[in-house]
Amino acid sequence: MKAFAKSSLGWLCAGLALLVVYNVWHHPDFIKITLHDGHLYGVPVDIFTQGSRTMLLALGMTLVIATGGVDLSVGSVVAIAGAVCALLLNAGHGLVVTITAALGVGALAGVVNGVLVARLALQPIVATLILMVAGRGIAQLICDGQVIVIANRKFDFLANGFIAGIPVAPLLVAGLFLATNVFVRRTAAGLFVEAVGDNETASRFAGLAAARVKGLAYVFCGACAGLAGVLWAANIRAADANRAGENAELDAIFAVVVGGTALTGGRFSILGSFLGALLIQTLATTMYFRGVPPAVAPVPKALVIILVSLLQSEKVRHWAAGLGRSRKAAA
Amino acid sequence: MIDAPLLQLRGVTKRFLGVTALDGVDFAVRAGEIHALLGENGAGKSTLIKVLTGVYLADGGVLTLAGRPLHPASPKDAEQAGISTVYQEVNLIPALSVAENIALGRQPTKFGLIDWRAIRRHAREALARLEIDCDVNAELGSLSVALQQMVAIARALDLRAKLLVLDEPTASLDEKEVAELFKVMRRLRAEGMGVVFVTHFLDQVYAVSDRITVLRNGQLVGEFATAELPRLALVGKMLGREVKDEAGRTAAAPEGTGNPVTAPLLEARGLTRSGAIQPINLTLRRGEVTGLAGLLGSGRTETARLLFGIDAADAGEIHFKGARVEFGSPRDAVQLGLAFCSEDRKTEGIMPNLSVRENLIFALQAKRGAWRTLSRAEQGKLCDHYIAVLRIKTPDADTPIKNLSGGNQQKVLLARWLATQPELIILDEPTRGIDIGAKAEIEQLIAGLRADGLAVLLISSEIEEIVRNCTRVLVLRERRLAGEVPAAELTPERLMRMMAEAHA
Repeated sequence: MKAFAKSSLGWLCAGLALLVVYNVWHHPDFIKITLHDGHLYGVPVDIFTQGSRTMLLALGMTLVIATGGVDLSVGSVVAIAGAVCALLLNAGHGLVVTITAALGVGALAGVVNGVLVARLALQPIVATLILMVAGRGIAQLICDGQVIVIANRKFDFLANGFIAGIPVAPLLVAGLFLATNVFVRRTAAGLFVEAVGDNETASRFAGLAAARVKGLAYVFCGACAGLAGVLWAANIRAADANRAGENAELDAIFAVVVGGTALTGGRFSILGSFLGALLIQTLATTMYFRGVPPAVAPVPKALVIILVSLLQSEKVRHWAAGLGRSRKAAA
Repeated sequence: MIDAPLLQLRGVTKRFLGVTALDGVDFAVRAGEIHALLGENGAGKSTLIKVLTGVYLADGGVLTLAGRPLHPASPKDAEQAGISTVYQEVNLIPALSVAENIALGRQPTKFGLIDWRAIRRHAREALARLEIDCDVNAELGSLSVALQQMVAIARALDLRAKLLVLDEPTASLDEKEVAELFKVMRRLRAEGMGVVFVTHFLDQVYAVSDRITVLRNGQLVGEFATAELPRLALVGKMLGREVKDEAGRTAAAPEGTGNPVTAPLLEARGLTRSGAIQPINLTLRRGEVTGLAGLLGSGRTETARLLFGIDAADAGEIHFKGARVEFGSPRDAVQLGLAFCSEDRKTEGIMPNLSVRENLIFALQAKRGAWRTLSRAEQGKLCDHYIAVLRIKTPDADTPIKNLSGGNQQKVLLARWLATQPELIILDEPTRGIDIGAKAEIEQLIAGLRADGLAVLLISSEIEEIVRNCTRVLVLRERRLAGEVPAAELTPERLMRMMAEAHA
């Protein structure tokens, strides 16, 4: 219990719980889940469904940040992948071809980022900023400057369908989180990523192909962004080169950092990133419920982010502990 | 008071978190002399320079410059008092012009605007004083390193300096450029300036300096007139050994060296890298501990880095088990059965936040690749084995390695390489900064490795350690192979003599 309180995950869970309590206080229905026609409905289900895209981005981002990098281009890759979906579906291609192509485009973007960072040793922020800016343009080019509507029942299933009563998107994302976690912890991939992030020179001198590990993290992140783009397009039933995935990279980075993976690289927590993304979506839903106008929404969001970050800061906790002690001493 | 020193330090002391870096050191530089400041790693040279230039505040002692008390609280303070410093790496701005760099931070202004004409005139004058021919409008980055260094000196002198500190200015210069620099130094000496010269190269010390101050372990060894101090005596003072002129072995070197018939495991021919090491041939055999000795900056680590594929050689070839190999990266070397324990444990060795277990199995796991994962049980067995055999003191294998003492970290890194079952292991200063008990254990381990038929390349700045452990020693001097000493002739005196000799 003590270790849990000390870990950043503990504070993350505490923040999440606090947010839920606050909501239930105002809306007792907030945590109600109902079964309707064998399908699950309710606010918690919505949070998971709407949060699935950020979760997916955070999953890829986790490994990139763990290597000591960052990928700012994921939002733009979402837009590109969405545009590719619209293009292929409207040309009459099937779902398998479309999704494969979107994933491929995402992975390709990851290859570009990976080469720039790992082989050409560009600063990750600069390297991925290139595709962040250029990516929107590429998506515009594919969409020819229009918002392309996608009318495809099968594609719609990705956003609104149910499997065994559970919405498809969260199911898919949960499966990917589980698979990734098993992969990185059962093979040595996780160790390699953490070693590169913790001390790249040492990992290279110990015989690791550090550049390859870094590059592959970006490819994985790109593929995740590609899949997130598919879910995004399915959700809005359109490819919107301007708005799809807008600022999504920032939410993803926040989810990862709140989840206990330091921006300096090294140790990472996939579960933490999942909970971080969940916190962000719960926050968004809370504001929707409280009737906060979308234009003002960033302010309370920023406040919560600051609060969680402060709770996780060693320094602040140390200071708070000292405060408690001195008060006791005074009494 | 005819010979009152320009700069005088008395009893200067500096401590860092309980470690005494300078312990009551006296240091005096006279006007019109070039004064070499010498010492091996950890002697306190750079701390002394930093106290002098206002980077660190001394914890004790008195500094005077030209008779006035000196309390530099910042590099700017020191500059204003008349102490100018040029560091090893030119820390000017490559994108600016020569004139701008010289004027940076003290631009003359006219009506609140920068007076460009004055800036260029000052720059030309400053360079002319050093007799440097160089376009003041040229971008600094487009000049050779040597010229950049001259610009840095010109900038330093522009301040009407009384004392010039040159901190390893020759490290990246070739011989001709060094000669140019010396000319400038002599000119400044003739002008009555005091010059402090920090270098690793003994030839340069004898070529240009008037006096020598030697530090060791934060303490003053002594001040000497260069002309009266033979090289061998100087090396002895730097290393902390009295030189006795007697031949014969003083320490018992390992036995069983009489098997020169074994085929070489690794052979390097004409291996060279500009600025790192002149062409070098070396042969490493199984069951031998080959020592690589030399003073700081003689090219020991550079040679090891070439052998392990960290740096690319400009020329030369490496043969491993008779076949020619190319090491494009450490990974290639590891795959073939090489191991390299770096001298810089912190930046090149440990992954600080990962556990002892992860650090220990890392090289083996990297060698096997991501898919052929060592199971937890296998990892545990390796850790238990090495923690017991090397007597690594750690609460358990899952403690972050950064929580271990230096000696125990070093043992984990040794274990990391032993776990890969290498055929050749390069140990670069394996006992630096660790306590005496751990030192003895690591030396025992080296003997064990030799007995097991590994080839060991041992780099150490401790002559005794080399003599105690090696079956054969290669001596490097100023980035060249100076010679080889077989086991039968291995004595500290012999090694020091080779390290100290001038180039023919």
